[in-house]
Amino acid sequence: MECVMAHEKDLNLKATELRLGLPGTEDESDKEIVSNFTNNKKRTLPEDEDCQSNSNSNDKTPPTAKAQIVGWPPVRSNRKNSFPSKKAETESGMYVKVSMDGAPYLRKIDLKMYRCYPELLKALEKMFKLSIGEYSEREGYKGSEFAPAYEDKDGDLMLVGDVPFEMFLSSCKRLRIMKGSEAKGLGCGI
Amino acid sequence: MSTLAPHFRTVMVNTLPLEVLEHIFSSITTDKDRNSISLVSKTWNEAERCCRKNVFIGNCYAVSPSILIRRFPDIRSVNIKGKPHFADFDLVPEGWGAYFYPWVVTMATAYPFLEEIRLKRMVVCDESLELISKSFKNFKVLVLQSCEGFTTDGLAAIAANCRNLRELDLGESEVEDLSGHWLSHFPDSCTSLVSLNIACLASEVSFSALERLVARSPHLRTLRLNRAVSIEKLPKLLRHASQLVEFGTGSYSADTQADVSEVFVNVSQAFSGCNKLKGLSGFWEAAPAYFPTIYPVHSKLTSLNLSYATVEIPDLGKLISHCHNLQRLWVLDYVEDSGLEEIANSCKELQELRVFPSDPFAPGPNVSLTEQGLVAVSVGCPKLQSVLYFCRQMTNDALVTIARNRPYMIRFRLCIIEPQTPDYSTLEPLDTGFGAIVQHCKELRRLSLSGLLTDRVFEYIGVHAKKLEMLSLAFAGDSDLGLHYVLSGCESLRKLEIRDCPFGDEALLANAAKLETMRSLWMSNCSVSFEACKLLAQKLPGLNVEVIDERGHPDTRPESCPVEKLYVYRTVSGRRFDTPGFVWIIDEDPSSTPYSNGNRSLASA
Repeated sequence: MECVMAHEKDLNLKATELRLGLPGTEDESDKEIVSNFTNNKKRTLPEDEDCQSNSNSNDKTPPTAKAQIVGWPPVRSNRKNSFPSKKAETESGMYVKVSMDGAPYLRKIDLKMYRCYPELLKALEKMFKLSIGEYSEREGYKGSEFAPAYEDKDGDLMLVGDVPFEMFLSSCKRLRIMKGSEAKGLGCGI
Repeated sequence: MSTLAPHFRTVMVNTLPLEVLEHIFSSITTDKDRNSISLVSKTWNEAERCCRKNVFIGNCYAVSPSILIRRFPDIRSVNIKGKPHFADFDLVPEGWGAYFYPWVVTMATAYPFLEEIRLKRMVVCDESLELISKSFKNFKVLVLQSCEGFTTDGLAAIAANCRNLRELDLGESEVEDLSGHWLSHFPDSCTSLVSLNIACLASEVSFSALERLVARSPHLRTLRLNRAVSIEKLPKLLRHASQLVEFGTGSYSADTQADVSEVFVNVSQAFSGCNKLKGLSGFWEAAPAYFPTIYPVHSKLTSLNLSYATVEIPDLGKLISHCHNLQRLWVLDYVEDSGLEEIANSCKELQELRVFPSDPFAPGPNVSLTEQGLVAVSVGCPKLQSVLYFCRQMTNDALVTIARNRPYMIRFRLCIIEPQTPDYSTLEPLDTGFGAIVQHCKELRRLSLSGLLTDRVFEYIGVHAKKLEMLSLAFAGDSDLGLHYVLSGCESLRKLEIRDCPFGDEALLANAAKLETMRSLWMSNCSVSFEACKLLAQKLPGLNVEVIDERGHPDTRPESCPVEKLYVYRTVSGRRFDTPGFVWIIDEDPSSTPYSNGNRSLASA
């Protein structure tokens, strides 16, 4: 009887294999190499080859590199789902509301989709059909009639672009596209 | 045995009126003792059954509601367990059974004075909850541990109608959360609550209703909030419930609008008012910044459940090592070896340790937690008797050290996450290590094995584990001999659950009689043939032999083909008739249809 494990290998070839790749980079199938020695000696009873008993367990597991065994490790489902909140963010996206002064309704945008400010600003420009212009530390978004601002964890209204992008991502609660005239205090040119 | 007036003694027993016997028995409360008393004589059996108030049914299918009420006319407290333990890990398909409804329907008329219902792994529907709330005028305690099948509507009925409710504990049940308003159904006149556990509910309950309920419950000792309650709400509740002994904190993180320092001060102050607080749990989204708020109480804590808190070392270790009186600790493997070493140095009262995996499906170790942590705690904590430990590596030496240091271990459950992992330093199986455990720990009642194991470990278990009551096996053993050692050697064995082991017909049939002395046997993905199942059922009519197989009718495969899952249990109520399409119960009478499903027809449902 075979157990459903993706890492069934005959010999310890992986250890002696020559491959390109930095030491320390493991590929997913790098598993308990040793246990496979004994793995093959057991669990092949004659009747298993005859009947379809093994097919059902194979059907259950999806064809991923590491097939998950049903019910293993023995952790209750309410424990499987609650880790860790950091992971949940990367999987489900970071949606924040975006308001634009004068617009009748808000939009939502997934901040995780962007790796830097220019990408984010470009997306905002597309979404609201406006131009925001370039950021400068001293003068904010001079030359455009709109300035992107955001509300941070403390509830304060901040200009987008002052802090490193990663820090912005973790503190941004919602975005607001302000009219240039209102954004005077935030460093925008008139 | 003295020969002094044996006649006198006999007369005494037979002439004591039943009421006197009942009065004497009323001081005997444990199930075991009660069961023993009932076996002494017919008179004692009669007296005992008439005055028995509490009954424990370890397997709901071992007996039936009608048998229960026939034997015990006046039960006030019932405790029933349903699905086998492996149902916790999704090994029992949905729809298998364990329905509570037939029980409550029967008890509604037979036990109008029923006060307490405690269920584990049963399917409970809203109708059952409504029936409870309307049928038992003096209903006090409802505990639903790992149950499912009901919604918040059912809870609303309990809240609204059970006027003297003392305990509502939803354990880790799966509840369909239709709305948080059910809590508002507790009438203003309800002031009797002692324990409320709603930790498993996903959505928000009405906080104002909760606050008012807590405020009018002066006897409240246990309050476990759900994740939706954020930390800034806690001071309001704790102010009304400073007498709490057990507290489940909710998420222990703040809403984005909150002022962190204000929350900090308020929560610390609230905790310092809780003089009786002994146990904390919850902490679903706890941030280390808030941990110092616990300092007012941490030296009094005896129980701490941080198993949902994704907090890491060193904050985690620092927090726990201040809890010098800790007896029970549940934590994630973020505690790491270093954290456990700190705990070994500071928590000398520790009796129970559970370390859960933070990322059970990670291909390799994501934290630095090894066998060292467990060894440290075993060496440093003289009262350690109950262990559940998930890790990724182990050695025989470590296990031997643990065994030698803690000979009074009662529960030892080790899960090495990768199946069949050997001793990483010697590459040998872990037979010797676990052998040492059973040899030194003579009081061991529960054992779960993992790692690379041959038949040898089962030989050790059969020889030494004489008090072992529950054994869990996975991916272990070489042959039937392993199973044979266990079944023939473990005298106290009550529950045996096995998955993915090469155990088959021989050992099972050779030890068939043993199964009648046990509560149940579970075997999935092993090598037991359908033919052997039929033989077993024929040999032992006192057992229900259930074949659970989602591949379809057993007839569609050769008889020698191994069954997917096998669940065997003793019963006095015969086969059940609430089976779904994938369960076949084998009748013992070979002249009737040799096996049947549901309504004695060969067609599956």
